[in-house]
Amino acid sequence: MTDLSVPLDQLIACPCCDALHHATVLGETERAACVRCGTLLITPRTRSFLHVIALAFTAMILMVGAVFFPFLTISAKGLSHASSVFEAAMAFSDGILAPLSLAVLLAIVALPTLRFAALIYTLWPLSNGRPAWPHAARAFRLAEELQPWAMAEIFIIGTAVALVKVAGLASVSLGPAFWAFCALIIVTALKNVFMSKWTIWRAIEQS
Amino acid sequence: MTPTVSVLTARDAGLTGCTRCGRVWPEGTQACGRCGARLRRVSTAGLQRVWAWWLAGLIFYIPANLYPMLRTATLGGHQQNTILGGVVELLAHHNYLVAGVVFFASLVIPVAKFFAIAYLALSVGHERRAGSHPHLHLYEVVEFIGRWSMIDVFVVAILSALVQLGAVASIHPGPAAASFALSVAFTMLSAQSFDPRLIWRGPAQAKDP
Repeated sequence: MTDLSVPLDQLIACPCCDALHHATVLGETERAACVRCGTLLITPRTRSFLHVIALAFTAMILMVGAVFFPFLTISAKGLSHASSVFEAAMAFSDGILAPLSLAVLLAIVALPTLRFAALIYTLWPLSNGRPAWPHAARAFRLAEELQPWAMAEIFIIGTAVALVKVAGLASVSLGPAFWAFCALIIVTALKNVFMSKWTIWRAIEQS
Repeated sequence: MTPTVSVLTARDAGLTGCTRCGRVWPEGTQACGRCGARLRRVSTAGLQRVWAWWLAGLIFYIPANLYPMLRTATLGGHQQNTILGGVVELLAHHNYLVAGVVFFASLVIPVAKFFAIAYLALSVGHERRAGSHPHLHLYEVVEFIGRWSMIDVFVVAILSALVQLGAVASIHPGPAAASFALSVAFTMLSAQSFDPRLIWRGPAQAKDP
């Protein structure tokens, strides 16, 4: 039973089913899940904020490579054509489909980059033991809310499907941007594993 | 198996939990003082937004299937492919795995999502059931899998950018790409508008205003 005589900032309500729990800082190998619905509430702070910052920086550098290096090159019957990620997004740019170009560009390049930048902005002062910069809470909330709309990993699966479709028509060679994009997906996944939302929110509140 | 007896919810305790960061505030607080998110009471009023986005998604899903997704011009002639036509063509080339991926991402997932969201919204709207694990799992699957439907839009983008070989072969996007992307985005918004805390609200608490 949850004892209500504690200050409100030591309680956590499950965002999925509203069950109240006592929030505590966990040890290295512990993780806290909701007793009723099993939603993960608190993951341990096994890796410091510095790890997340390092991974976010890595991801941003990879993103620069992924956007500007050649992505795929196609050749058939003596003709060849190279395409970058930017050109893939711009494929819709003529005619009435132009807004879709913007949406694709946002989903695969702009929103992931913005998320990494917001994370670095939030965690940089905290990892150095200094108070959070102004609007850090807003920046971190933005990073959280943008998560479903950042679709870099879906783009890579889409690339794989496109490669198979083209295979009968022409031969395709993979450029450095393709590998940069694959590395980006792995780095993003690692960053998500190392991040504890509750710990970051607490650090922002207490700074 | 379902431990519903000993669970105290924030709502029962006269508190409102922030769905963004989990911080708890006294009932009536407007915005979370920690993360700034707007605090919402657990109520079925939010279902209206779920239905609105759901309907918008359904409307755009119809042209997405009727209009061509891809226009291909090769030496052999012109060809237009709808979503289903693309799957059939992949099957004809014996690419069963990729045909399966596209079939699932573009046809099975969107249709199943419309049914799943409608089922969840109807079952909590009528308040017949208290906390149920199958409902929660359904919600989690819908939330997780919805964005993967975008695969087909990215395939069209990559193919149109890449296959530009003049007279030999060129591919251009069709109008279905835009309406499909909108349909996926609207159903994502519909799923996000659904408050999973409603799944757990028992009939006892549903009676009070």
